[in-house]
Amino acid sequence: MAALHFHNVTLGYDRHPAVHHLSGEVARGALVAVIGPNGAGKSTLLRGIVGILKPLDGSIHLGGLDARDIAYLPQSAEIDRSFPISVFDFVGTGLWRATSLFGGIGKAARGKILRAIASVGLNGFENRPIGTLSGGQMQRVLFARVLLQDASLIVLDEPFNAIDAKTTADLLALVKQWHNEGRTVLAALHDMEMVRNHFSETLVLARGPVAWGPTADVLTPENLLVAMRMCEAFDDSAAACAADDISSRAA
Amino acid sequence: MLYDALIGPFTEFEFMRRALAAVIALALAGAPIGVFLMLRRMSLVGDAMAHAILPGAAVGFLLSGLNLFAMTAGGLIAGFAVAILAGVVARSTGLKEDASLATFYLASLALGVTIVSIKGTNIDLLHVLFGNILAMDDQTLLVVAFNATVTLLVLAVIYRPLVIESVDPLFLRTVSRAGGPAHLAFLALVVINLVNGFQALGTLLAVGLMILPAGIARFWSRDLTAMICIAVVAAAISGYAGLVLSFQTRVPSGPAIILVATVIYVVSVLFGRVGGIVRQMFPGRHLEA
Repeated sequence: MAALHFHNVTLGYDRHPAVHHLSGEVARGALVAVIGPNGAGKSTLLRGIVGILKPLDGSIHLGGLDARDIAYLPQSAEIDRSFPISVFDFVGTGLWRATSLFGGIGKAARGKILRAIASVGLNGFENRPIGTLSGGQMQRVLFARVLLQDASLIVLDEPFNAIDAKTTADLLALVKQWHNEGRTVLAALHDMEMVRNHFSETLVLARGPVAWGPTADVLTPENLLVAMRMCEAFDDSAAACAADDISSRAA
Repeated sequence: MLYDALIGPFTEFEFMRRALAAVIALALAGAPIGVFLMLRRMSLVGDAMAHAILPGAAVGFLLSGLNLFAMTAGGLIAGFAVAILAGVVARSTGLKEDASLATFYLASLALGVTIVSIKGTNIDLLHVLFGNILAMDDQTLLVVAFNATVTLLVLAVIYRPLVIESVDPLFLRTVSRAGGPAHLAFLALVVINLVNGFQALGTLLAVGLMILPAGIARFWSRDLTAMICIAVVAAAISGYAGLVLSFQTRVPSGPAIILVATVIYVVSVLFGRVGGIVRQMFPGRHLEA
């Protein structure tokens, strides 16, 4: 049973595709790394999956999941760190699915929030305003919120950027824990070593799929070279995509 | 003696009691809105919106003279129209909300002043621009209290999405569709409270009783709930002290209220516990951990 199904998906901005003609499936419970150079469309693809970006063409099926069954950790969250909110309250927003507009935060929920904060190693930070945290601590807070969201599909966009080794190891352990709990995890990553050692499945992206499959088969020098050669620039005078015509005629 | 100065005016004159009730209602509803305006970096949006109300109020004035009911209705319609138009333009195009608002409010202000001066005198214009809280009748007072009540109820409903949208809008978008409606409801509350303040302080100063207390609160707390409480208290004190000042010195009431708030603001900037200037200059020895 697939958690995610891509049907000839093209995602982009202003009609310019950033991810071209992607088809395939992510099995339920899979642990998938999405790799590729900057500008390859990794973030774009993840935004498409969580529904922030509508596909220009094709479709993404969530296998019966509601948008609220997805937890999304964006690359550079547009978080207003100067807003006066405590770590406890901020992490608590992860309970939105259960509490929504008016649901109370009872004793059980408070316990859950405290446990989530503890499991990212931030005991004692509950009452600190989020503005006083370091970058690594903030990333831990965001992981704690994902933890609380209790989502069956977890989408992480470069979650270990600018994070030190200790924090990375702690957070990676959480990712593996999610995998062991049977959740589907997709992560955009740059660290090939990490992908090789910890992620069973890999999608190499370069404005379109280069290769997709078991990490050992996909993560080859040839594939990475193809991805590196990708052309980043938009062509302002690009014609409408011909591949679309072909596929629609075939249909 | 002190009694005569501070309490006497209110026991003696009914218009002072009405004015006091009005400023307290304005403080209760307007200050929390002001705190959110400030935290969402929309302080100037509030100001712009205040001007946008003018043409509506002016049309009301044109149709039925200095009738506060007609002017309020007109102000509400104009304010909502501009708020929603600016919000829609900002959300459906790449234009930032402040830029689209600036366009709308400049047009509104020009239109409003034109309409008032077609029919009214300079005194009417002054009244519209600066309000007159000492001329509140029962009906107006009830309208002000009603608007304040509605504001607090709606704010309670949209509080959670509003807070989350302020901190992490992208997160709210991924878990809920409440962000857009909450934002529009918030803009509506801004308009309602501006129209409310408009009765007392006029278009140009209405936003003062919302923004100044919020600015004051920021210097005394890092906690949202505490900030809202401090802002309400600061607004109520400014209102009361402004009325006394106005009664004793014949300074017009609206400017007197805003001037008192300004004095509190300056004191807060200097001596505030959170980021006050004096506190920054003499922070004390650094802590151990």
